[in-house]
Amino acid sequence: MSIFEYNGSALIAMVGKNCFAIASDRRLGVQLQTIATDFQRIYKIHDRLFLGLSGLATDAQTLYQRLVFRHKLYQLREERDMKPETFASLVSAVLYEKRFGPYFCQPVIAGLGEEDKPFICTMDSIGAKELAKDFVVAGTASESLYGACEAMFKPDMEAEELFETISQALLSSVDRDCLSGWGGHVYVITPTEVKERILKGRMD
Amino acid sequence: MECVFGMVGEGFAVVAADTSAVHSILVHKSNEDKIMVLDSHKLIAASGEPGDRVQFTEYIQKNVALYQFRNGIPLTTAAAANFTRGELATALRKNPYSVNILLAGYDKETGPSLYYIDYIATLHKVDKGAFGYGSYFSLSTMDRHYHSRMSVEEAIDLVDKCIIEIRSRLVVAPPNFVIKIVDKDGAREYAWRETVKDADVAAA
Repeated sequence: MSIFEYNGSALIAMVGKNCFAIASDRRLGVQLQTIATDFQRIYKIHDRLFLGLSGLATDAQTLYQRLVFRHKLYQLREERDMKPETFASLVSAVLYEKRFGPYFCQPVIAGLGEEDKPFICTMDSIGAKELAKDFVVAGTASESLYGACEAMFKPDMEAEELFETISQALLSSVDRDCLSGWGGHVYVITPTEVKERILKGRMD
Repeated sequence: MECVFGMVGEGFAVVAADTSAVHSILVHKSNEDKIMVLDSHKLIAASGEPGDRVQFTEYIQKNVALYQFRNGIPLTTAAAANFTRGELATALRKNPYSVNILLAGYDKETGPSLYYIDYIATLHKVDKGAFGYGSYFSLSTMDRHYHSRMSVEEAIDLVDKCIIEIRSRLVVAPPNFVIKIVDKDGAREYAWRETVKDADVAAA
């Protein structure tokens, strides 16, 4: 089993009309054994920027701590929050620093940029950025997630419809992957509010 | 073959560990205490490589004591857990410790808590956790019978159910277990569950 599949994970980020959604599964496993069903994969960097980390849980925790540290320093120096594009470049740089001994994580970054324009991107474990206009996926269920998102996505969805679409795409994909699932965690972010919801899917 | 498990109840946390010190096919001793009292209100139940287990847990214990000397107040359970994870994570890519840890503690403000920290420094706060081959039996037994806010009697009853399960179903089941508990009155040994007593050392 690959090191990326040791803990199991599933992540999606989707773009809507002046909003975005980011969703993850909730399982923490050790290969075939499930340890917890309330594991947090999506972290808030600031009110308009969210980071999801799939892959090896220990590296996801270490990477999150390092990135929050860098962002807090940035906030102290610049007296403002980081733009999503800037943060994506920071994550890419932090990952490439460990090019020959990498963090076994695949991050998904989603945020609202200038003029409330949603921004999403993902990258591989050594920081190769992949920008997208519609959706990005990561984790052990990524192949299923690509298929489900491609089928269900439409451009310029409003927040409620975006929530429905991303939830259905997540749940249907993790049901085909034994290493991810046990519910879902969905954040829908608009310029005015952040809505966090827990999904109940197949608990197995 | 080392079995460690624990759970959180109403105002307390309980951990149990087997007490066999094994080297290949030889049992050196069957009264090895693998649950260290970290400070007045914290317990570390550790399993893994024997040398690493003792070295690492003593290192954590001394550092937790140092913090208390320097700052005049003890660390919270969450802080101790995060410190432990940090040490494991730093060592992970240099010379890793092969130690799995269940850290149980009681804080006046937040009550009892249990932290699952595996050998690659994955940290997660849990209500019930287990390591080793015994986890296949104890986790399922706890999933069936555990509910939040159990009394001490109910929790010890569940611990005993797990021990019976391990003894009857694990091929090289450890004969003896130690149970320790932490609550508002502190961390202390609760009971031993022995089926094999070491022979007394004859007087010289």
